[in-house]
Amino acid sequence: MSFLELRHVTKVYGDGSSEVRALDDVSLGVDRGGLVAVMGPSGSGKSTLLTIAGSLEEPSGGEVVIDGHSLSEMSHNDKARLRRRTIGYVFQDFNLLPGLTAAENVSLPLELDGTGARRARTAALEALERLGLVERAGHFPDQLSGGERQRVAIARAVVGERRLLLADEPSGALDSANSEAVMRMILAACKTGVAAMVVTHDAQLAAWADRVVFLRDGTVVDQTVPPPSAEALISSGPKP
Amino acid sequence: MSVRHALLGLLSEGPKYGHQLRQEFEARTGDVWALNVGQVYTTLQRLERDGLVASDDEAAEGPQKAFRITEAGAEELAEWLRTPPDLTTPPRDELVIKVLVALAMPTVDVHEVIQAHRRYLVELMQQWTRLKEDEGEFDLPLALVVDAELGRLDSVIRWLDSADGRLKRAVVEPTAPTAAPAPRLRRRLAVRR
Ligand SMILES: Nc1ncnc2c1ncn2[C@@H]1O[C@H](COP(=O)(O)OP(=O)(O)OP(=O)(O)O)[C@@H](O)[C@H]1O
Ligand SMILES: [Mg+2]
Repeated sequence: MSFLELRHVTKVYGDGSSEVRALDDVSLGVDRGGLVAVMGPSGSGKSTLLTIAGSLEEPSGGEVVIDGHSLSEMSHNDKARLRRRTIGYVFQDFNLLPGLTAAENVSLPLELDGTGARRARTAALEALERLGLVERAGHFPDQLSGGERQRVAIARAVVGERRLLLADEPSGALDSANSEAVMRMILAACKTGVAAMVVTHDAQLAAWADRVVFLRDGTVVDQTVPPPSAEALISSGPKP
Repeated sequence: MSVRHALLGLLSEGPKYGHQLRQEFEARTGDVWALNVGQVYTTLQRLERDGLVASDDEAAEGPQKAFRITEAGAEELAEWLRTPPDLTTPPRDELVIKVLVALAMPTVDVHEVIQAHRRYLVELMQQWTRLKEDEGEFDLPLALVVDAELGRLDSVIRWLDSADGRLKRAVVEPTAPTAAPAPRLRRRLAVRR
């Protein structure tokens, strides 16, 4: 069984004439260590899919299963713990808290989960170090560049014992070098067994994934087949 | 560019005359590709020879002769529409033609054709990215080549995305089909070709 499973998930906003069917019978799974990208145009339901997968919103129909547990059967507290401990989020707008430094932003979820302040801070500094940001640890979000803020958000999402990483347009408006750095970080997390789902409209970002699922009008319309070896590419593609 | 398949696409709507095919071809391709009558008839002859089209009347040669697509022709067309162009050379023109031909065929879901190409392109990009992931940190020239390929493939996908969106909007608010060719547009494009 996959670590994250969406089964026939439907999401309807509003009712009557204002009804919006944001997701319509979406099923997909993300394995431990796997990276799945969900691609689709604006309004196709990508963010909705991610917030439902992360238990931040309830589906109108279908179910979400994380590590074998159906979210609909979990208590409020269990879900809150899952969100703090198991799931790392990178939101479309990073969502850093402006009154906290980079290090505090990263250590906060650990502290909320009961980790002692000193240990949480050590873990945060380690994560920032891996992202080349340790000298920015004491800066507030408005003292960081967009790329730095983004890396802080990634550090916050992977710190601790996270096992599911959910990222919404994690490269935002970043240049290609920063996007690549972000995707390499997410892949590094996957190498340690983390399951990751990235939603994006950007093909260059999606191409880092093992599997790309195509969303259109709230429905999965297609997905990539696992790519053959890179050797096949070299012999058929232009010579470097 | 495949005139053969473009003509097959037009014939998939029903039997047509040679001069009619030429007019419709130019109108349907946004007047970007001019075609002379001779080209149309040579192509039709070859298509007939290959069994992909048939003419109604063996005797009457010339403008009165109507052509229709055969079953083999329809199969050939369906196959061609979904065959990825050779992406080792700049692919855009061929892809544009495929989408335009698909658009002109009422029996074909153009979004499905676009998605088939989008998926193929993303799969190619996944392979290049995998190569960069494995080798790119150590092999700078390779990383540069891969980046160039990724950028080129990405721009093709962006075009598919914008075409997809444009066609979706056009279904919601249909525009009148282009009746007369726009002379200024054609002149400009003729220079560019
Ligand atoms: N809270 C809400 N109430 C009503 N409609 C909503 C709500 N949230 C999203 N929608 C609608 O659901 C659809 C999907 O929205 P969603 O945010 O998931 O799209 P998206 O694929 O993430 O788009 P983008 O690429 O622009 O971020 C849209 O039509 C949107 O207007
Ligand atoms: Mg979104």
